[in-house]
Amino acid sequence: MAEIVRLAGYAAAVWLFLTGLYGVVTSRHLVHMCLSLTVVQSSTYVLLTVIGYRLALPAPVFTDHVQPASATVDPVVQALMLTDIVVEATVVALLLAITVRIHRKSGTADPHEVDLMRG
Amino acid sequence: MQLASLPVVLPLGVAALLAGAGNVLRRRALDVITLATSAAVALVSALLVTASTGKVVVYWFGSWHPVGSSRFPIGICFMVDPIGAGLACLAAVLVLAAFIFSWSYFESIKSLFHTLMLVFLAAMCGLCLTGDLFNLFVWYELMTATAVALCGYKSESPSLQGALNFAVTNTVGAFLSLTGVALLYAFTGSLNMAEAGRTLAANPASREFLSVVFIFLCAGFLVKAAAFPFHFWLADAHAVAPTPVCILFSGVMVELGLYAIARVYWIVFSPIGLPAPAGIRTLFLIVGALTAVLGALYCFGQRHLKRLLAFSTVSHVGLMFLGFALLDPHALAGMAIYVVGHGLVKGGLFVGAGILLHRFRSVDEYDVPRGLMPGVGALMLAAAWGLAGFPPFATAVGAAQMEQVAKLQHREWLSAVAIFADALTAAAVLRFSARVFFKLGRGKPEVLREAPHIHTEVETRGDHYHVPACMWLSMILMLGLAIATGYVMRGHVDRFAAQFESPDAYAAAVLNAHPEISVQRESSYLDAEYSASWWWNRALAFVGMIGLAAIGLYPRTRKRRKTNPLDRALAGIVLHLRTVQTGRVGDYVAWFTLGIAAYGALLLFAR
Repeated sequence: MAEIVRLAGYAAAVWLFLTGLYGVVTSRHLVHMCLSLTVVQSSTYVLLTVIGYRLALPAPVFTDHVQPASATVDPVVQALMLTDIVVEATVVALLLAITVRIHRKSGTADPHEVDLMRG
Repeated sequence: MQLASLPVVLPLGVAALLAGAGNVLRRRALDVITLATSAAVALVSALLVTASTGKVVVYWFGSWHPVGSSRFPIGICFMVDPIGAGLACLAAVLVLAAFIFSWSYFESIKSLFHTLMLVFLAAMCGLCLTGDLFNLFVWYELMTATAVALCGYKSESPSLQGALNFAVTNTVGAFLSLTGVALLYAFTGSLNMAEAGRTLAANPASREFLSVVFIFLCAGFLVKAAAFPFHFWLADAHAVAPTPVCILFSGVMVELGLYAIARVYWIVFSPIGLPAPAGIRTLFLIVGALTAVLGALYCFGQRHLKRLLAFSTVSHVGLMFLGFALLDPHALAGMAIYVVGHGLVKGGLFVGAGILLHRFRSVDEYDVPRGLMPGVGALMLAAAWGLAGFPPFATAVGAAQMEQVAKLQHREWLSAVAIFADALTAAAVLRFSARVFFKLGRGKPEVLREAPHIHTEVETRGDHYHVPACMWLSMILMLGLAIATGYVMRGHVDRFAAQFESPDAYAAAVLNAHPEISVQRESSYLDAEYSASWWWNRALAFVGMIGLAAIGLYPRTRKRRKTNPLDRALAGIVLHLRTVQTGRVGDYVAWFTLGIAAYGALLLFAR
């Protein structure tokens, strides 16, 4: 059972990464490209969460019912995932700001038309 | 030791203060504060180099030391060794020179530029000093985010496109690296580099798994280091970034990618010799050779000085990869000296570009008025001399050491690649300087046909008829240091490199708190003198440099309609190569995917 959950998680991570990558490569609108990048980043969230998961164990919150030093789901990967989300938010905010400025300056948001760097 | 956290804490703290007080402080105060901060960081890093000679200085944040009888690390540590601290010192010195260049004339919106540069410095120092894999990723992302903001600083159309290409390619690479970190954590249970290496040594995984994890981990750093199919973003970013930022990009940010790969390989993967050392050697020899050759070819076909220098950075990083691929302490020491020398010389060249931009509002080979500023021209020629790796510059010392080891390992073809790359990149800078500063040259070579002509906005204010003293000072300082560091570092770096390649020493220092190390790997070749064959190689590179520059300057001889055959041959190659660099980020990411797949397959199937 745990293996199925794990395999499903890995498959989801791989699918998200490849789909997002396809979106970035073939995108014709910069906002779509930024959001495809978000999808790529989401694959790492899924991967991290699945790595930390332990079947039938509680969340790592120690209360009266869950004693400290008893077995729980891995808390480190959850912290990594949250840091990952913060990093992603920063990068996507920066990219969207750049997109808005590009649209304002050149009237288009199509990456194939913003073509100043050939060669 | 608290000193180890200062290179990161100090610039971040001052940046936070400046961000808050930016409305109130005058420009002069901002300049003084940032100069003082970067000088302080340089001083602290130099102190850390001396403090960590012969041992590893370990600092656990929050005093979360390793626990239990098995000494399991539960905190994040900085593990400082001379090479990491030395790289942080180089970053601080380049930031100092960049701030000298931008003193009072560089257009700064309140305190935005100063704040971003200090955060950038903090991120670079953090990456050099950290001993934790996820912490490495965090500093990498912080560095990328601030670099993107600095790259798009001028907010004109080309800047925004350059920043976009930079951000997307580096972020995709970074998240593949994070996937590698996650997979390694899943297997070893620890994010600490020394602990991961120790666990891998005790429980060896399958070779296939380790090959995949290694290539994923290196993906982001290969993109940052602008290795072969991942180098496209660098030229776009450099062409539009402000000059002080370009100094940092080429001088130290790109080299940090290679440093991260070397650090991760030596601490985590080398104790078990997995993936197979033959595979690693083959992979990085191919990466280095392709990058060096293609970067040099692209470099010669540019007329925009900053883009030309960006491609020469790509080429020289290829040479650094070749030095790393030899997997020998003497070669690593040579690579370290080469990194320092190259960073300073490249910084000097970019200051020259900044001076051109300030005076003539352009850095294009054919738009700039000719025959003016011979003093700057002389300095540019000196920098081209250093770029080609001729003595007395530090690049010569480093390159000589790498070639000694290459000869010992019966890989003389590496010298041929180095001669080609050095000659072609130095010829490009020589051609540009001779044409612009000394009015040599007639006509336009075929190689420059349809070369990108990117409009660059002026980034400085004030009187554009004089070159301010601060810009002169910055350039002379960097070129002088490039010569001085060669003499200072020669012969001392071998010990540091041998220490860098001793993973057991790091495990002992980090986990068991035994900071004194005994070096396990002795260097194979200890002679620091230049050999006769090396002088012949340099003479060949010199002749190649002069010849190629002459082809670029005088393509048509005796009033023929077509240019001479060498120029046409070179143009045939370069023009076809230029069609690959499309400027579209989707293409860059497609190349990234192809590159990772190809290199991964190489690692999996190399014996």
